[in-house]
Amino acid sequence: MSTIPNSIFTPATAARFDKLATIYPVKRSALVPMLLYAQDDLGYVSDAAISEIAKRLDLLELDVRNVLSYYSMLRTAPVGKYNVQVCTNISCMLRGGFELLDHCKKTLHIGHKETTADGMFSLEEVECIGACCWAPAVQVNYDFHEDLTPAKMDAVLADYREGRGKDVK
Amino acid sequence: MPDVNFIVDGKKLTAPAGTLLIDACKSAGIEIPAFCYYPGLSLQAACRMCVVRIEKAPKLGTACTTTVAEGMNVTTESPEIAQARKATLQLLLGNHPLDCPVCDAGGECELQDMTFKYGAADSFYAEPKNHREEQKWSPVVYFDRPRCILCYRCVRMCGEGMDIFALGVQNRGSSSIIAPNVAPSESPDHMAALDCEQCGMCIDACPVGALTSGTYRYKTRPWEMNHVATVCTHCGDGCKTTLGVRSVNEGSEIVRGDNRDKSGMNGDFLCNKGRYAFDFANNIERLSSPLVRQSDGKLKPVSWEEALTFAGKKLRELRDAKGANSIGVIGSNRTTNEESYLLQKFARTVIGTNNIDHHRTADFVTLATALQGTTTADGKPRFASQRCVEKSPAILLIGGDPTNEAPLTAWNIRTNVRLNKARLYVANHQDIKLKRQAKAFAPVAEFGYAAFIDSLASANDFSTAVKAEEKLVVVVGNELRGGELAKLIAALPHAKFALLADYANSRGASDMGVLPDVLPGYQSLKGSTLASEYGAAGQSQVADAPGLDLLGMFDAASAGHLSALYVVGSNPIKRFGIDASALKNTFVIVQDMFLTETAVLADVVFPAANLYEKAGSVTNSYGDLQLVAKAADKAGVRSDFELIVRLADKFGHDVKTLVPFGKGLRAAGMSGDMGQTRGAQSGEADRHSVWLTANNLEPKLSPFDPFAILDEIQRVVPGYDKLLRLQLLSGNDQHIAPAASGLVQIQTGRKDLVLPAADTLFTSGSLTRFSPMLQDVQRHQASEHTDHLASAD
Ligand code: SF4
Ligand code: SF4
Ligand code: SF4
Ligand code: FES
Ligand code: FES
Repeated sequence: MSTIPNSIFTPATAARFDKLATIYPVKRSALVPMLLYAQDDLGYVSDAAISEIAKRLDLLELDVRNVLSYYSMLRTAPVGKYNVQVCTNISCMLRGGFELLDHCKKTLHIGHKETTADGMFSLEEVECIGACCWAPAVQVNYDFHEDLTPAKMDAVLADYREGRGKDVK
Repeated sequence: MPDVNFIVDGKKLTAPAGTLLIDACKSAGIEIPAFCYYPGLSLQAACRMCVVRIEKAPKLGTACTTTVAEGMNVTTESPEIAQARKATLQLLLGNHPLDCPVCDAGGECELQDMTFKYGAADSFYAEPKNHREEQKWSPVVYFDRPRCILCYRCVRMCGEGMDIFALGVQNRGSSSIIAPNVAPSESPDHMAALDCEQCGMCIDACPVGALTSGTYRYKTRPWEMNHVATVCTHCGDGCKTTLGVRSVNEGSEIVRGDNRDKSGMNGDFLCNKGRYAFDFANNIERLSSPLVRQSDGKLKPVSWEEALTFAGKKLRELRDAKGANSIGVIGSNRTTNEESYLLQKFARTVIGTNNIDHHRTADFVTLATALQGTTTADGKPRFASQRCVEKSPAILLIGGDPTNEAPLTAWNIRTNVRLNKARLYVANHQDIKLKRQAKAFAPVAEFGYAAFIDSLASANDFSTAVKAEEKLVVVVGNELRGGELAKLIAALPHAKFALLADYANSRGASDMGVLPDVLPGYQSLKGSTLASEYGAAGQSQVADAPGLDLLGMFDAASAGHLSALYVVGSNPIKRFGIDASALKNTFVIVQDMFLTETAVLADVVFPAANLYEKAGSVTNSYGDLQLVAKAADKAGVRSDFELIVRLADKFGHDVKTLVPFGKGLRAAGMSGDMGQTRGAQSGEADRHSVWLTANNLEPKLSPFDPFAILDEIQRVVPGYDKLLRLQLLSGNDQHIAPAASGLVQIQTGRKDLVLPAADTLFTSGSLTRFSPMLQDVQRHQASEHTDHLASAD
């Protein structure tokens, strides 16, 4: 088992990584799950995380970066506390996804991939998040909000702002 | 594999089953365009340029991934295919600037050729092109992102070929880019950078101008250069490098080194030094006038006539007054075979002494003597060629670190393991990088190679595996020499052997007898035919006792017994750490490019040409003989060959006995006596012309023609007698093995004065500090720290 001294992750995540590295026939298969858990732990995938994951999986840092940069849901810079991901793919688009996005931009005063000054919200335009039957849909962190209108969206944002929102991991 | 029959464009072809269609077509002279395919690298099938119509297949197929099959019927050009390729090109050009007029690759770019052929410069894509500034990844590797067509050749070349894995692909889809291994966030100046071997192989493989070379970019266009294929001057591996030269005020200057025709033993490969480290030749510190020390103790530029006359006369006076054995001669690892041969002949027959040596970097004398009279199991000589490393099913590497010291050897070993599944065994006192390719590794204690050789006799896993190999090539680092080397050779009685040496012509210097105790071809000083021939040619009887070795000469100088020292292309003061005061009472003549630590002590300094500025031949450490072609030219310098001849002339020696040239002596048909009647009493040129006539060769008309000496080498040096002129002149390598018998007898206790150069990828002896590129790359690498050895499976 590859245990890393002075892991930068929480003890629970570090223990999870120790195990992850052993359960696949090829060690590097653990790369994508590790990147996701690292992001949950740190809020983004930092240089230090890249370097530790490379060590854990006997990869070059370059290999980790190659995979990391492929997936748009993996990020290398911190985002706000709540990452508001508005879907504008076909079903949501037909049911008002773009209006929702514009509404969020206006109310949060930020654009795509930007963060509010208080660090509370980030906004992102994303492709289909698999909730087409309840379009238009928005994902905040890992929590889903469906069948939205600009008014409902305001309520969702207000909930989060006042700490009533779920923060699932 | 059995052959299969198939049809391409109506032609009936045959190729072994399993051959890729693209290769089979190429062998038959049918060219299929390809961007991502690169012979020897894994298949990518990323570009779709190689599409062909295969009968009965539903769609066009990629020739780079299809293997030939019995009865296959293929069409490689048709309107349908042209349309498909054109569409592919339009996609590739979607973001490509087509800035050929300013692109380094313009004129030798595969994309340019294809765009021209299929006419795809017009496009349906109206989106603006995504421009990015060019990036400097290292002093030698630049990246122009918009030009990249994402063929991944560079990624595969660096990973599979170089085993470095410094390049990767990042992002996705149309934003994919090639990325180097130091991310902007990790680099001191927040710019992406490359921490790697800086070999430039990625640039060479790039079909377009996306990767360009730091030393060449924006300097000239390919059609404005002359391209001269010659041999790299740096390590002992013998890569062929093509130098692009251009006329300048002082002659012609090298602007580029690359691997243009890939016809050398190095195939695709060139390391950083072979590709870029030619810039020492253009260094402003180069000497361009002879210097003579004046009464005020300063070196002053003088005319050639004055310097040569002074040096020649003074040498003659000292020889006559103090005796021939009071004079020493030091040769070079980087001069041609002809110059090395000529220099030792100068020492032995003009001055009359065996005090001649060079900076030895491997013990070739022991190799030749220990292998004489033995053969491999199938009766072949046991000297391994560089070609064996590329092909042999099994290789044992004892000592040495080819990755750093002999990069082509490392490349060939890696390629052989990767493509032919060769078995590599490594025994080393360090965890050298080639361990990654090794089937078995035997750790050796530092200075513990004797114990390792003993362990080969006992039955352990390593020795059993090695001894079970029927066709084994043993590559030996410079840790082993003398008695130990002989013992190793005896312990593996049927294996082929090669020694790793440093510099382009270390082996040549040994083969040519630039040694105090052997004549050219490792013949004995006493009793060999060459010894008597030299005796006759010399002005005084050549001594048959060994002369002083290199350190012996300096000891003699310190003791006040060395009246003169003639140093050609060598810097012993620096290399051997000799105290400058040793030479204070010695008359010193130095031929070099720069005012080295040795040259500053000289009384006369002659500015010399380097290996890229002369013609002749060199022998790599494996014994592969190759032609050196003159590429560059520099006003004010002369070749070592010419200088030795001129010095002999001013010494008062009959130059015709040194270099057999000219008519008067006996050109074909001019005199009845061809020298036979006079036997040993006949002159050198006489004997030589008998041989020339017998071999249908022309007499040489100039005393400065190195081929006059090559003739003599071929006539008198065992091993080189078998050389094939046509092979040599065509630029092909040929393997030379010293004679199988009659070589000098070496006592087991012989010590050999080997001093490894300890060069790395970015150093090359005394040339290092005169190459701005090497200096730059060293600085660059010192600031990077990527872990190359992390496994990348
Ligand atoms: S210069 Fe050589 S080692 Fe460096 S990235 Fe290019 S191929 Fe790889
Ligand atoms: S840089 Fe050159 S070799 Fe590398 S992917 Fe781009 S076009 Fe191909
Ligand atoms: S491997 Fe040696 S011979 Fe080949 S290019 Fe490099 S230094 Fe020159
Ligand atoms: S299109 Fe929005 S969730 Fe599928
Ligand atoms: S060469 Fe065949 S797909 Fe690129």
